[in-house]
Amino acid sequence: MSLIKSGLNLTRLGSLPYLLFGLFSSLLSGRVFAVQPFNMPKGVTEISNEVYHLHMLIFWICVIMGVVVFGVMLVSILLHRKSRGHKAAQFHESTTVEIIWTVLPFIILIGMAIPATKTLIAMEDTSNSDMTIKVTGYQWLWQYEYLDEGVSFYSALTTPREEIYNQQQKNEHYLLQVDNELILPVGKKIRLLITSNDVLHAWWVPDLAVKKDAIPGYINEIWTKIDKPGVYRGQCAELCGRDHGFMPIVVRALEQNEYDQWLDKKKSATEEEVANAVDQQTQS
Amino acid sequence: MSAVMTDDHHEEHPSFIKRWLFTTNHKDIGTLYLWLALVMFFIGGIMALIIRAELFQPGLQFVDPQFFNSMTTMHALIMIFGVVMPAFTGLANWLIPMMVGATDMALPRLNNWSFWILPFAFSMLLSTLFMEGGAPAGGWTMYPPLSLQTGNALPFLIFAVHFMGMSSIMGAINVIATILNMRAPGMTLMKMPLFVWTWLITAYLLIAVMPVLAGGVTMLLTDKFFGTSFFNAAGGGDPVMFQHIFWFFGHPEVYILILPSFGVVSSIIPTFARKPLFGYSSMVYATASIAFLSFIVWAHHMFTVGMPLAGALFFMFATMLIAVPTGVKVFNWVATMWKGAMTFETPMLFSIAFIILFTIGGFSGLMLAITPADFQYHDTYFVVAHFHYVLVPGSIFAIIAAVYYWLPKWTGHMYNEKLGKLHFWLSAIFVNLTFFPMHFLGLAGMPRRIPDYNLQFTDYNMMATVGAFGFGLAQLLFLYLVMQTIRGGKKATNQVWEGAEGLEWTLSSPPPYHSFTIAPVIK
Repeated sequence: MSLIKSGLNLTRLGSLPYLLFGLFSSLLSGRVFAVQPFNMPKGVTEISNEVYHLHMLIFWICVIMGVVVFGVMLVSILLHRKSRGHKAAQFHESTTVEIIWTVLPFIILIGMAIPATKTLIAMEDTSNSDMTIKVTGYQWLWQYEYLDEGVSFYSALTTPREEIYNQQQKNEHYLLQVDNELILPVGKKIRLLITSNDVLHAWWVPDLAVKKDAIPGYINEIWTKIDKPGVYRGQCAELCGRDHGFMPIVVRALEQNEYDQWLDKKKSATEEEVANAVDQQTQS
Repeated sequence: MSAVMTDDHHEEHPSFIKRWLFTTNHKDIGTLYLWLALVMFFIGGIMALIIRAELFQPGLQFVDPQFFNSMTTMHALIMIFGVVMPAFTGLANWLIPMMVGATDMALPRLNNWSFWILPFAFSMLLSTLFMEGGAPAGGWTMYPPLSLQTGNALPFLIFAVHFMGMSSIMGAINVIATILNMRAPGMTLMKMPLFVWTWLITAYLLIAVMPVLAGGVTMLLTDKFFGTSFFNAAGGGDPVMFQHIFWFFGHPEVYILILPSFGVVSSIIPTFARKPLFGYSSMVYATASIAFLSFIVWAHHMFTVGMPLAGALFFMFATMLIAVPTGVKVFNWVATMWKGAMTFETPMLFSIAFIILFTIGGFSGLMLAITPADFQYHDTYFVVAHFHYVLVPGSIFAIIAAVYYWLPKWTGHMYNEKLGKLHFWLSAIFVNLTFFPMHFLGLAGMPRRIPDYNLQFTDYNMMATVGAFGFGLAQLLFLYLVMQTIRGGKKATNQVWEGAEGLEWTLSSPPPYHSFTIAPVIK
């Protein structure tokens, strides 16, 4: 008896305060009715939509299989118990049943594989792109080079240290904000060449369903075509050292004319910079 | 009779150190393995709690990001090589000779050696925590070039891995030698208990892949210290090659960590359903198929490295195929329960939870196999949720179930059933509170291995942290229960469980020092 009591005391002392603290802190923080995102975003490209639907398709297939298998198990647990006086049957084989439950999952798998293959083939087709951008990962920031335009810049985290070390209120885009966003036009097939200058990184924007490793010595290809103007945020997805959690990706998709304006401004700024640098060199 | 007399000197136990250090007895070595696993479980668990404490809220509160990375790296290494693998080897040592009707393991001195390597390996690994530059922080996968940025810890990590590999290979050789040579007359391969079968197959997997890992990490060593460029692109090497080598080891390793649990659950379910295992031979074939498939699916861990379309398709199809034999196993367990006369003692509860929660891990595994969707899931908390579902309520629950199931046999005492059930319910509730929200985090876009996150991920991280502390504390109850049962308790009968069948239950509880001095005959 005293042993049971001591066991209960353990739980009372240990886990309950944490449980209550966790529950209350989320209840009291005033976000009771604001459910935080819990599913894959549909995203803003044709591919990201396909991927989302593929994800939901497999998810529901798994749910159905789970309901059937766990349902049978539950019925068995409720009915076939010794305490209800159920006598154990002694069967232990049935070739027919075993063939059925080998072949049936196989057929379901083929049903999943067909749409998955179609989407995969589309994702890997980088031909006929309208423009190319080279993305290079560094510890711990990104570089974007517009290969046909001669524009290039670095993109690093701007969240202030005070926010990270809890001396200041965290803003909405905490850890997902950068100094120079990657500006892209909507409706264009954009080819991204992804590489790294030091260790492995991975360039990932969930709304575009693009994730590709950045590997030194390799140039990986991927493409995207954004349907909707907006700001899309992502993060480095491959462990790359101390500040792996602090090298976000921000993509701003603009209408073509706005994009052209931005590009012109960026180009002249770049030319000015080059001219200044040349000036300085000739002076010295 | 004379044989028994001459054996008597083995029964007298010398001093504590002499007994445990020099032991060649399969039960003593099994006990050592199991205690090592339990100690490591708490060390790895503390690391997990440091991770979860830091992730309770956004912002950096407790640890530096570099130390955070060390914690994720060490937690994984400790839990895989220090907990699940030694625990299974401990179970193999205790049970295989008793299950096949042998006196002991086939190679007792090798057995001693394969255990005593491990304390050195883990001392070496843990000592890196106090080194300049800190413990390894490049992930347990040790991907170069990042892992080559490790400081003084790198050679210690690599040699620790070599030691663990040596220990595993010798343990595996011993298991194979015992199973193939020491079975009692009449025990054909297809009459062996499923635990023995799954371990036989696991042992082959170990022998096949541990040398591959050893080769891979040795190349890291020479890249770092001897000027080679196996994985250095600037020197003509290839960083992706390491990933291929690593996962050629890593995927079979995943099954090394789960196949023996299939064996455990296949022993426990029939006992408490009081009904023979459904589809014994299909279980054996399914295990063998899973083992075979495990060699041809490795690249599904690295779909995002950029492989040719044909490669991605092949690895997707092969991976999906694993669902078939795994499904067969789950269906067989449910069919075993069907129309049985079930009772729900602690081992049965853990086994049922294993089936349900492992299957949920299997479902997320199937989702991960679908390459286009994997691009979204890869390296997010969805993956973390997936492998923790198959490893914690999977492997760990099976190990705990095995301890409750065979502890009365090992010690001769029944454990406290009420506390055992309390331990089960606490574990089952908190394990889900810990890992289920991680699915949501990953899908919503939280990458793994980050010490800090955007505000939108706060709620599910809080839940996971609460769950983790609850789960961790509940395991202290397990420690208490095991100690209590070793010290005393209600005397266990030889058969222990009403429905238990198999040779180990014909021995006394606790069994004699040498299991079967006269080989039993199997009808």
